[in-house]
Amino acid sequence: MTVRRHLMETVHSKGVRLSLRGLKKSFGSREVLRGIDLDLDAGEFVAIVGRSGCGKSTLLRLVAGLDSPDRGLLLRDDAWGDPLHDTRLMFQEPRLLPWKRVLDNVAVGLAREGRETARSTLERVGLLDRAGDWPYRLSGGQRQRVALARALAHRPRLLLLDEPLGALDALTRLEMHALIETLWSESGFTALLVTHDVAEAVALADRVVVLEEGRVTLDLRIDLPRPRLRGDAEVAALEERVLRAILGSGTSTAQEDSFAGTGALESVLSS
Amino acid sequence: MSPRPTHPVLGTVARRALPWLLPLVLLAVWQYGAYRGFVSSRVLPDPRAVLRSAWELTLSGELPHHVAVSARRAFLGLAIGGGLGLVLGISTGTVRAAETALDTSIQMIRNIPALATIPLVILWFGIDESAKVFVVALGVFFPIYLNTFHGIRSVDPGLIEMARSHGVNGWRLQRHVILPGALSSILVGLRFSLGLMWVLLAVSETISANEGIGYMTMNAREFLRTDVVLLGILLYAFLGKLADWASRLLERWLLRWNPGFATAGEPG
Repeated sequence: MTVRRHLMETVHSKGVRLSLRGLKKSFGSREVLRGIDLDLDAGEFVAIVGRSGCGKSTLLRLVAGLDSPDRGLLLRDDAWGDPLHDTRLMFQEPRLLPWKRVLDNVAVGLAREGRETARSTLERVGLLDRAGDWPYRLSGGQRQRVALARALAHRPRLLLLDEPLGALDALTRLEMHALIETLWSESGFTALLVTHDVAEAVALADRVVVLEEGRVTLDLRIDLPRPRLRGDAEVAALEERVLRAILGSGTSTAQEDSFAGTGALESVLSS
Repeated sequence: MSPRPTHPVLGTVARRALPWLLPLVLLAVWQYGAYRGFVSSRVLPDPRAVLRSAWELTLSGELPHHVAVSARRAFLGLAIGGGLGLVLGISTGTVRAAETALDTSIQMIRNIPALATIPLVILWFGIDESAKVFVVALGVFFPIYLNTFHGIRSVDPGLIEMARSHGVNGWRLQRHVILPGALSSILVGLRFSLGLMWVLLAVSETISANEGIGYMTMNAREFLRTDVVLLGILLYAFLGKLADWASRLLERWLLRWNPGFATAGEPG
């Protein structure tokens, strides 16, 4: 136990400790975030789930520094800091520069000396052999792997993932889960994943946070060994708990919501 | 895009040769008509006469001289007008204040046909070199300005956001994200300008010049040398086609990252 604790601490020093206090954000008259309090330990993997429009992407953009909060505190290692130093965001779409070859896309924003880093990061996501290709020649999954490499080449201490796997097919998504988990455990960065896929959240995260109309309604620790198997009884039970939290508090719109986990819940309930 | 060729080699040959079929047929009809005497050689001398005069004028050094003078004017005008259009297009495209200050004025001037300024230009510059260069520069400015502006404004904001969040800013953002994103549009402007460039030059040279292709044809008219007049006209067609071909080559090279322009031969 002490060895493990020691190990955790050395790993944690590579990640940012993030504290959100009373974070609020409105767009016009619409209040998207109504006071979010959330703490992420250094090196922790936290997933935020919720229906579309619950404010989860807005929250991520605030943490990334792409938008600024109307109210509240956003502290990195207990201080105000510029997200550019230690934080990288992986978007829903790959957003590769089509006029740059794969390696140059990974090296975006790196100094000239960063090319070697870009190369080794590309190797870690398994695409070194495509270094000289144009992005249009890659598949959707490969593009997202390049985008992941681009974010990681900056050696971020906080990696934000904004539904990065939403557009991928189920098999590619599973591969990406394994890859993200491996890279995260190797590098020790803090990870904040926004997703609408409950199974994805439970498979990857140390904690699953449910966001409902701009507030945190559930903060659930997932204490299961990794890698977690799909269909495992404990995993399924936790998935169901999260789903119930999202759907249970929902209003009549729950039926028509394009929520990805609904089918899963129905199958769980009927069996 | 193109219909599936039945035979790979024949298909390529057909694709390459087909565009030239119509000009060749027209040439044959012209030659035949002249041979049978359907048209008088005063109206339309036969192609061989045009070729012969081309050969003679080349040997005497007259033709290369006029072509060189015209090409120099054309490309000087393109460099000045196009360069200004590019710089101003980038400024108004990226800086809102520049757009507010300049765009209305530029749009007003745009509505003046470049050729309508020729009388004024003659008053200002006389008939020397700067007059022709000015008309060309004025004309080619607008296609490049407008397309640069439009290209920069239509760069995917998601890419700019991505670059910024990865620490790319200022000049590096321009160079690696905004300009490459606007490039295909800028090249469209360049192709427009290249077409316009020869038109403007042809007109301004026929009005006032003492050397150049336009001067050569006007001079030949005085001596009723229809073959030389025709030669001049065909020369413009040839030079225009050459410029267009060069710009397409440039396009294919600069936009090789774009599947719409990529050459088929690249290994997969």
